[in-house]
Amino acid sequence: MSIAPPANPALLDIRDVSKSFGSVEVLRSVSLKVTRGEVVTVIGPSGSGKTTLLRCVNFLESYDSGSIRIDGKEVGFRETGTRQRRSERDLAKMRAETGMVFQSFNLFPHLTAAGNIMLGLRKVRGKSSAEARQIAEHWLGRVGLAHKADSLPAELSGGQQQRVGIARAVAMEPKILLLDEITSALDPELVGEVLEVVRSLAEDGMTMVMVTHEMAFARDASSRIVFMADGGVSAAGPPAEILGADIDNERLRSFLARFRASHF
Amino acid sequence: MGYALNFNLIWRHFDKLWGGLLLSLELAVISIAIGIVIGLVLAVWYVSAGRVVRSIIAAYVEFIRNVPLILLVYLVFYGLPTVVDLAYSAQTSFVATLSLYSGAYLVEVFRSGLEAVPRGQIDAGKAIGLTPWQRLLHVRLPTMLRITLPALSNTFISLFKDTSVASVISVPELTYGAQWINFNTFRIVEVYLVVTAMYLLTGYALLYALRLVERRFRAAH
Repeated sequence: MSIAPPANPALLDIRDVSKSFGSVEVLRSVSLKVTRGEVVTVIGPSGSGKTTLLRCVNFLESYDSGSIRIDGKEVGFRETGTRQRRSERDLAKMRAETGMVFQSFNLFPHLTAAGNIMLGLRKVRGKSSAEARQIAEHWLGRVGLAHKADSLPAELSGGQQQRVGIARAVAMEPKILLLDEITSALDPELVGEVLEVVRSLAEDGMTMVMVTHEMAFARDASSRIVFMADGGVSAAGPPAEILGADIDNERLRSFLARFRASHF
Repeated sequence: MGYALNFNLIWRHFDKLWGGLLLSLELAVISIAIGIVIGLVLAVWYVSAGRVVRSIIAAYVEFIRNVPLILLVYLVFYGLPTVVDLAYSAQTSFVATLSLYSGAYLVEVFRSGLEAVPRGQIDAGKAIGLTPWQRLLHVRLPTMLRITLPALSNTFISLFKDTSVASVISVPELTYGAQWINFNTFRIVEVYLVVTAMYLLTGYALLYALRLVERRFRAAH
């Protein structure tokens, strides 16, 4: 008798993850499942653990207990039951399966736009220089920067740098894309061009977990919104429900009220 | 004033000074090249090593920085061969000394440069799946070199001046050339005026050239 796989297996499966920085508990038993093609937005007040959670998913941060699996494979720890950290080589391999876009872009300043994208393709994916260049140009075209392939990050605007950051992440064909407040460091007039790129990736079926303060975008582009408060998941559901007026969650209501007051 | 300046004798022996200047430059270039290797290896080792290795590297740096260069030159040239069975020329001995000397200063320069590489860049390297070694090679070192370039040029110009110490073990560099002319012609004022001008001009030329290089790198930053 063969065991059939579950009908809708989670691509990302976060279970009971807890983490403390010293005496401060930043994640309290967080659980979250993301299925293939889903766009999950994480919202919440600053200090609620959103970014830390995202950074645990590709093990830029370790966590104290619980488990995080991508496609069934534990990300940061060996699957021996002893909770032993993976070797740096294995970690690098696991991290190559996820893409991450950062709030402060974090482009490599000595490499051109194309060079930033090519580095991972060549060193991690083992592509030839010509092949990597072709892929880089394809993705730069997708984010509207075909003409900036040979520009250095310092020669690009914030919005352009962030679009390169997105291209660098997706060119690796990750299973899941992590977006960490990617428009927070941008001037307001540059936010739109970056969100447009994210929207088109969502339409292509890219699985994404996104931490953002762009509520309108979260409402339009995500399949699910997760509200975090004090290191835990306080509410989760479809955008209409979470951002709706009749939500029965006092913290979420006051967060949204404060948010609206400061943004409109 | 009974002293009349007469540069004729200096020009007659100018080949001694010109050859000396070239040798000074050569000593500085070779020493900094070796010093960069020493500095890089030890700095990278330092930031990733445990306490014992760190203490050993720190002891080397502190020793070199707190002993006058001329003493180090004597120690290596006269002291070392009497303890161990080694034979080397004065020039080799001096290059070895100056390399160790510049290496110690550069460990500090590179170490602080490595620590100044923004965390975000290292995170970005991790996120695309680079191994620690690849991150060092393709992310940390290129940024670190750009950060440390001004300190590197300053070290090089310092080293160029420090090559004058080689005269104490008769390496025929620029200062030794000046001494030779002085002993043989007694035109002490003239020869040291000319040599001072030569050090100054070369130093300025180097500074100018290195600043140009730095500006190009900064533009690329």
